[in-house]
Amino acid sequence: MTDSVHQAFGGDYSGVDHHESVVGTPHLPHDGGPETIRFIDKDGNRIRNEVNLPYDPTVDAMTDEDAQDLYRDMVLIRRLDKEGTALQRQGQLGLWPGLLGQEAAQIGIGRAMAPQDYAFPGYREHGVAYCRGVDPLAVFGMYRGTTLGGWDPNAHNFHLYTIVIGNQALHAVGYAMGVQRDGDVGTGDPERDAAVVAFFGDGATAQGDINEAFVFAAVNQCPIVFFCQNNQWAISEPNETHTLIPLYQRARGFGFPGVRVDGNDVVAVYAVAKAALEHARSGQGPFLIEAYTYRMGAHTTSDDPTKYRDSAEVELWRLRDPIERVKTHLLWRGNTPPEFFDEVDQEANELAKRIRAAVQDMPDPSVSEMFDHVYAQEHPGLAEEKAWQAAYEASFAGSDDAEGGPR
Amino acid sequence: MTTLTLAKGITAGLRRAMEADPKVLVMGEDVGRLGGVFRVTEGLQKDFGEDRVIDTPLAESGIVGTAVGLALRGYRPVVEIQFDGFVYPAFDQITSQVAKMHNRSAGTAKLPMVIRIPCGGGIGAVEHHSESNEAYFLHSAGLRVVACSNAEDSYWMIQQAIELDDPVIFFEPKRRYHDRMDVDDGAAAAPRGLYDAVVARPGGHVTVACYGPMVKTCLAAADAAAEEGKELEVIDLRGLNPLDIGVLGASVEKTGRLVVVHEASRFMGFGAEIAAQVQERLFYHLEAPVLRVAGYSIPYPMSKLEEHHLPDLDRVLDSVDRALSF
Repeated sequence: MTDSVHQAFGGDYSGVDHHESVVGTPHLPHDGGPETIRFIDKDGNRIRNEVNLPYDPTVDAMTDEDAQDLYRDMVLIRRLDKEGTALQRQGQLGLWPGLLGQEAAQIGIGRAMAPQDYAFPGYREHGVAYCRGVDPLAVFGMYRGTTLGGWDPNAHNFHLYTIVIGNQALHAVGYAMGVQRDGDVGTGDPERDAAVVAFFGDGATAQGDINEAFVFAAVNQCPIVFFCQNNQWAISEPNETHTLIPLYQRARGFGFPGVRVDGNDVVAVYAVAKAALEHARSGQGPFLIEAYTYRMGAHTTSDDPTKYRDSAEVELWRLRDPIERVKTHLLWRGNTPPEFFDEVDQEANELAKRIRAAVQDMPDPSVSEMFDHVYAQEHPGLAEEKAWQAAYEASFAGSDDAEGGPR
Repeated sequence: MTTLTLAKGITAGLRRAMEADPKVLVMGEDVGRLGGVFRVTEGLQKDFGEDRVIDTPLAESGIVGTAVGLALRGYRPVVEIQFDGFVYPAFDQITSQVAKMHNRSAGTAKLPMVIRIPCGGGIGAVEHHSESNEAYFLHSAGLRVVACSNAEDSYWMIQQAIELDDPVIFFEPKRRYHDRMDVDDGAAAAPRGLYDAVVARPGGHVTVACYGPMVKTCLAAADAAAEEGKELEVIDLRGLNPLDIGVLGASVEKTGRLVVVHEASRFMGFGAEIAAQVQERLFYHLEAPVLRVAGYSIPYPMSKLEEHHLPDLDRVLDSVDRALSF
């Protein structure tokens, strides 16, 4: 950790708090307010100010290639996400929770994580899954209904999606307690020290599990980063339903630092996440990042956001599009040729085409799979039910129904 | 041989498991310095340290949820829920996550964890300290549920539960915590499997199936019945899920009569499942309907009335007589 970062986080354990509380303020500022850490302005310019100071070294060290990679990741994941919505509309998926608008938040932290770090996602973290090397098809399989999980969590250090809001934060804290017991924190070995990241949204901050996770993490000084994507809307409920203060300020009450970052600025998210992860890995305890962003689309394909929010608000955020922001920044930096953007678009379209075909060809699971993994070890009662079900299905063998022939 | 109470049987079993496997952890409210409100974990923190015997914040969902994370990291946490009635804040984690994790991960994520729940009434306690809530967990596929009734079982079953790669709900009959028994704690292996039902007392006239705190009650009933020439065969089920239907079924085939006894409320209690399974499998062996002796279908009553609520020797014998009257 750099000295400047250490000064910002280490000097006051109770957190970075640039501004006074806004308790009682009925409406939060729509740009996240002046406390928001932001590195790229709407014209693509690099911002330098006092709030950003601790993160400047990380951002200064970023190359054109680094910024291009982040741009590419964001374009690819947006294209995959668009495909998810399209596939649901075609009946190929049962449901799709879109991430449109949240690409910078997810790619920013996803690329800041080290291989030995471990992520505990909610159900919308397609960008993080992509960064952790999870096959997109595995994610689509879950929403198609061919699997309940889809990937081996330990193969990617990326836990299964968790749909019950907030449950996963406690798993993340427990996992971090395990990291501590294994001695994989604060050794100074950059390939050994590990952090755990708990992903959740603004709505989840009302859950008991999130608040209990904060308590357990704080008293145990766990190596964990709580990453809250505040996308403004918990289905139809705005932030004001869940909080009267900026969410990042909650951390202070629990005894660890919290900051708000512009979740639509991938450079800022990346830099803040790097610092927070290092804070955790080095043994300084938990850290809360509130990535202030916006859910551009519906909650899921089953939702209709026109029922509860103004199109003017959506339009306001469209002007803050995270991909446009980093593209403008690349142009501001000046070393990215125009054909780069065309190549990325082409790559995205090819990826989408490949995924589309693969999803459409995805086979249904075998019926026995619903029994196979209920228990890790033998269970006589379940074995009996499985055998009964197989015999029942087999009793139709040879009938017209089973053959699918003419009737 | 060592004479142990049921509570200290668990203590000794936990100690042996912790000595055998450094990944075994104990966590819960007051389990460390105090040794638990029932002293079941007494001395463990002193010997194994605060990293392995963890005094947790007072938040049951947090305790179980963090135990899930520890299990995912390769640890084998043994969680203590302080009293039966305090498990409900953790119910979401247990049913949504603990029970389903292995299944939804297609076997890639194992949760070798044990959730210990002191259960049942008869101790004159205030509200929420006397409940028998096994049915909730029996209805949640993915969990294994066991109940010990004596010190030998508590000593071995806790070790067997810890060794399993599946999550186990481990019920401990709190009013039997202080019952003593000689336990062969030097033996290399357990005398029987974790779920094996045992014939606690053989008899030819009526089978009485029970578990946990009711085993002692039913054995006393069998003594009383014997004086009147009625032979009760008392089956201590031990494993509730999976259920050892083999031992129970063999007994019912022999006697033709079954009375199921539990403290939990009758309506949708475990007795209903046992009755259904026995009549499905052994209809032509039955000489009488399967009868249930259970707590009434009420919230657990004030302690001054609990003796009217809990099945006792007389209620067991009353149902035995009814079973014999067919």
